[in-house]
Amino acid sequence: MTEALRVTNLSKTFPRAGGLFAGARPGVRAVRPVSFAVETGETLGIVGESGCGKSTFARMLVGLLPPSGGEIEIEGRRLDNADPARFGKMIQYVFQDPISSLNPRKTIRQILEAPLRLLHGMGRAERDARIAEIFDSVHLRPEFLDRYPHEFSGGQAQRIGIARALAAAPRILVLDEPVSALDVSVQAQVLNLLARLKDDFGLTYLFISHDLAVVEAVSDRVLVLYFGAVVEIGRAESIFKRPRHPYTRLLADSAPVVGRPLRAPEQRGSELPDPLDPPPGCAFAGRCPRATDLCRTEEPRLRPMEEDQLAACHHPFED
Amino acid sequence: MGRYILRRLLSAIPVLLGITAIVFLIMAMIPGDPATALLGAYATPDNVARINKQLGLNHPLWYRYVLWLWNMLHGDFGRSYSLNRPVIFEVWERLSATAVLAGVSWVAASILGILAGVVSAARQYGLADKVITFAVLIGISIPSFFLGIMLILFFAVDLRWFPVSGMYAIYGGGDLLDLARHIAMPAAALSVVATGVIARLSRSAMLEVLRQDYIRTARAKGVGERRVILGHALRAAMVSIIPVLGLQAGFVLSGAVYIEIVFQWPGIGRMLVNAILQRDILLVQGGVVVVACLYVIFNILVDVAQSLLDPRIKT
Amino acid sequence: MRQFLRLLARNRLASLGGVVITGIAMLALITPLLPLQHPDVIDTAHRFLFPFSEGHLLGTDQLGRDLLSRLLWGTRLSLAVGVAAALAAGIVGSGMGMVAGYVGGRTDNIIMRAVDMLMAFPYILLALAIVAALGPGLMNALIAVAAVNVPFFARNIRGITLGLARREFVDAARLSGKGHLRIILTELLPNVLPVIVVAMSTTVGWMILETAGLSFLGLGAQPPQADLGGMLGQARSAMITSPHTSVVPGVMIFLIVMSVNLLGDGVRDALDPRLRSGALSRPRASTRVARQHAVPAPEAAPADALLAVQALETQFHVTGRVYRAVNGVDLAVKPGECLGVIGESGSGKSVTALSVMGLVASPPGVITGGAVRYRGEDLIGAPYARLRDLRGESISYIFQDPLSTLHPLYRVGDQLAEAIRVHHPVSRAEARARALQLLHDVRIPNPEGRIDDYPHEMSGGMRQRVGIAMALANDPDIIIADEPTTALDVTVQAQILGLLDDLRRDRGLAIVFITHDFGVVAQLCDRVAVMYAGQIVETGPTAEVLAAPAHPYTRRLIACVPELGGGRRELAAIPGLPPSVDALPDGCAFAARCDRAVADCRAGRIDMTGTGARSVRCLFPEEAFA
Repeated sequence: MTEALRVTNLSKTFPRAGGLFAGARPGVRAVRPVSFAVETGETLGIVGESGCGKSTFARMLVGLLPPSGGEIEIEGRRLDNADPARFGKMIQYVFQDPISSLNPRKTIRQILEAPLRLLHGMGRAERDARIAEIFDSVHLRPEFLDRYPHEFSGGQAQRIGIARALAAAPRILVLDEPVSALDVSVQAQVLNLLARLKDDFGLTYLFISHDLAVVEAVSDRVLVLYFGAVVEIGRAESIFKRPRHPYTRLLADSAPVVGRPLRAPEQRGSELPDPLDPPPGCAFAGRCPRATDLCRTEEPRLRPMEEDQLAACHHPFED
Repeated sequence: MGRYILRRLLSAIPVLLGITAIVFLIMAMIPGDPATALLGAYATPDNVARINKQLGLNHPLWYRYVLWLWNMLHGDFGRSYSLNRPVIFEVWERLSATAVLAGVSWVAASILGILAGVVSAARQYGLADKVITFAVLIGISIPSFFLGIMLILFFAVDLRWFPVSGMYAIYGGGDLLDLARHIAMPAAALSVVATGVIARLSRSAMLEVLRQDYIRTARAKGVGERRVILGHALRAAMVSIIPVLGLQAGFVLSGAVYIEIVFQWPGIGRMLVNAILQRDILLVQGGVVVVACLYVIFNILVDVAQSLLDPRIKT
Repeated sequence: MRQFLRLLARNRLASLGGVVITGIAMLALITPLLPLQHPDVIDTAHRFLFPFSEGHLLGTDQLGRDLLSRLLWGTRLSLAVGVAAALAAGIVGSGMGMVAGYVGGRTDNIIMRAVDMLMAFPYILLALAIVAALGPGLMNALIAVAAVNVPFFARNIRGITLGLARREFVDAARLSGKGHLRIILTELLPNVLPVIVVAMSTTVGWMILETAGLSFLGLGAQPPQADLGGMLGQARSAMITSPHTSVVPGVMIFLIVMSVNLLGDGVRDALDPRLRSGALSRPRASTRVARQHAVPAPEAAPADALLAVQALETQFHVTGRVYRAVNGVDLAVKPGECLGVIGESGSGKSVTALSVMGLVASPPGVITGGAVRYRGEDLIGAPYARLRDLRGESISYIFQDPLSTLHPLYRVGDQLAEAIRVHHPVSRAEARARALQLLHDVRIPNPEGRIDDYPHEMSGGMRQRVGIAMALANDPDIIIADEPTTALDVTVQAQILGLLDDLRRDRGLAIVFITHDFGVVAQLCDRVAVMYAGQIVETGPTAEVLAAPAHPYTRRLIACVPELGGGRRELAAIPGLPPSVDALPDGCAFAARCDRAVADCRAGRIDMTGTGARSVRCLFPEEAFA
């Protein structure tokens, strides 16, 4: 297996405007240094709740946001200049809100043409052929090409978004909550389409979602983010069944499941730490039932727990 | 709260510097020899020498700006050559007359405008709404100087209810009642446009707010309709109405220039226009700077009022 | 474009304004061709002739010049100057605003600080300063008026651009390889252009007025040339003896500005998509009721029901179209029972919930049929005072997004106290004490410290607890919860669901729980009703429905939903889309997507059938009920 994507110590700190009399203040660390690799053809799921930094992370991967530190390598080649056009041919992005990601005043054809013309320099005839091909592959009728985005339902618009990403002929797709805005019956359609496209085009996916069940259903491996840091990585079929990190377990226990009785898995606050004043040590310590003094002083490092499963915890769950 | 006001006041300093810089630069655009241009018709050799010294005209631009600022900070705005008295005395005298006229008009416009807007929104598409909308349309389309002339022709010349012009009667006037009789027509003419604009905005702000989810929540709690509109909705709408009140103060002040001309009101607007026509540039400069700075401070007060109303602001 | 013109034409006032301004503009255009006297020819022998004098239709002015001729030439000048000023200010200001909004950062800061400085002046001071420096004259007045209006455009357009630049399609364009200039010109400009047009059309009248004003002061057009303001200014000295010389130009300014304003407002409204959907209307205190059918008999409702919804129909009437959001819904809740209503977006579940207490926004909502019986009393068409008595007292609501459903400017304690005081004459102190107890009941940590918080100072989970506390304030019999956990993170959702479950058991509450999530229904609800296209298609005890769904839609919807612990798999999707509720098919609304559908399914109305607790709206159910 070849490596499609390798991320080394990728981090993002947003600078904060200094006060009138105070000097420069430390920035907000939206993403703490993250490292991982994804193999070609793999789907890596990325899970986290609001405020965990998953969107910041995704935008760095596709070059929409310059990282504060670290490296991104695609198929062994280092990409570190924030030039979306260069990124565009390697890695593309599918947005959460399908309607908002399409310019309301452009026809679908105009939207799909841009990457072909600007990234690949295709001529008119070539473009038309390619657009027809891509449009067919996302199951949309060719007469839709000359319509405007507001004429489409959410599911259709999301397929157009996928078609636009595919038009750049990338190797990797970053899917940022691609089905969260869709109804469940349409969500399944889009997920199945994505699975088929991956096989057809030999793509690699980074699938970001807050919905554990969806992530589990589509991913090979899953990465759990909390407060800008990776707390656990593991195989999709095992990570929620045998979580090592207390946060992963909390997530798994919180997801509503048919047939499981209702229990509130946590009665200590649910607030995230203040990003302007992050606590020392483990960010989850304040909510964690297993936290000790060690957790409140020293930040745990990601370390292997068993084959293919890593967790950043001083007191991980054992079998 | 105190910190917010302090911060707001501090943030006004660069604005005040900017305003003075803009006025200074505009005046520096005057072509030709600056001293002669500034003095215009009053360019006697004596005066030219005096102003060259006073403004440091042989120095570079930034130096002249700092000098000018420094002089102003010490209350020295120069001398009006057409009136032959210090600019600051003239400006201060005229300013009080304008403040009375504009203040009365602004308060009247604010109260009437908000009232009309609320009634209009609460009775959307009803008779009251239609009448108000129509009146507002006429109000914001009629030039205030034309309206002033019409008021004079009708109420002063024909009906003789009010005096034609001036602030006080020349003989035997000077009391509050006299002022009220004189101010009625100019204030009416001046406040019409502002009332219309405020009414329009209040109406749309109210309609916007009335569609919000928290209004539905209030109704779901069983809150009565009067309280929903005058409590929940108006309070939220004031968040977008108050900045407009601040903005309209500027428009009332601007409109006062026309009204002062039409009604011979001894205010700063009339002074400025006359100064421009007589090319008394120092008087123009001083008048503009003083009024603009006071307006900035007024707007800070508006912001403070806004922050009292909206707890989300104090960041 | 065609739709825009049609909307504009339908607006009668705007059309009137359009006709008037077009007429005036045409007159101004052909003025040089008309057989008029020269506007500047002085004839002191015939000064101040009144209108309808021989040879002078509108009379003459103080120098004996023909007023009609001067009026038309002046109109020409005023229009040209006003429009030129609007164009100049619009182009320069919009350009600045777009660059500032898109580029952001330091450029934005510098441009906007400069704009703020200019806006810190009362506009006329700036104009006067400019005219003072440049000297009086029409061209200089034009420059002054344009300059003072630049900030208005810059600020407006920057705001719009800023909103657009954050939209995802701009990111998408960057990923498509577009450069910054290309994005501004091809992605942003087409979206900003309507706003610029609206801003220009609503300010051009104002600019005509301002240039006229400067001329009136003698700072604009210089004699003998005169625009309308100049004519008015020169006539002022004679206004008492010859008022017509003032009235003629004054009325013309008024006509121009009013017709431009009317047209401008029309353009604005026609370009505003919200107006088309009727979303700018003020919702009434309770939903309009216009029953089209007989009231269902009270006996038809289950005898033990606390709340029974019978054959409820709620529609949205928008510009000639009828959206049948709720189409004959029957529901019943017993005391202490939790009923789940599940459906996808557009299925009518929220509208059903809001119809109970007449909270559907109206216009455009109309309840067109059915009954809602609370302890046997029909609430549809009940007097507003009666509804108000029950709202929050006997039946209360929890809404979806606690940030938008709590009033942002009131402290949470005051909002809770208000809920109590509108129904019970208790003192402020007592209401506050009860509010504190409520915050305690919903397990907000440190309620004494939180009671004086504003909603924005709380987290989403805490805000929703306040929402629940508000619903509990008067110990209601029924709580209607409309997707109360959809906006929350999953760990917070679990806590809120746990809280609701405990509360209902402790207090014997009946809950109607609206959701789209089967997992939530399974954990919380005793019974479930599945909605599709405005109808209930299946109902029964939750465990039975989930284990053995009878309606094909229910079965397939359950199959669509991935469930945690299921591992990696292909999901069973439902092909197609739900029908639009303004074009519902005859018969079963699901037939088009159903693999069991036959001709009979599409033939006509299908009723609920079933035994005991379970029933289904299907001719060929998956399960036969025992």
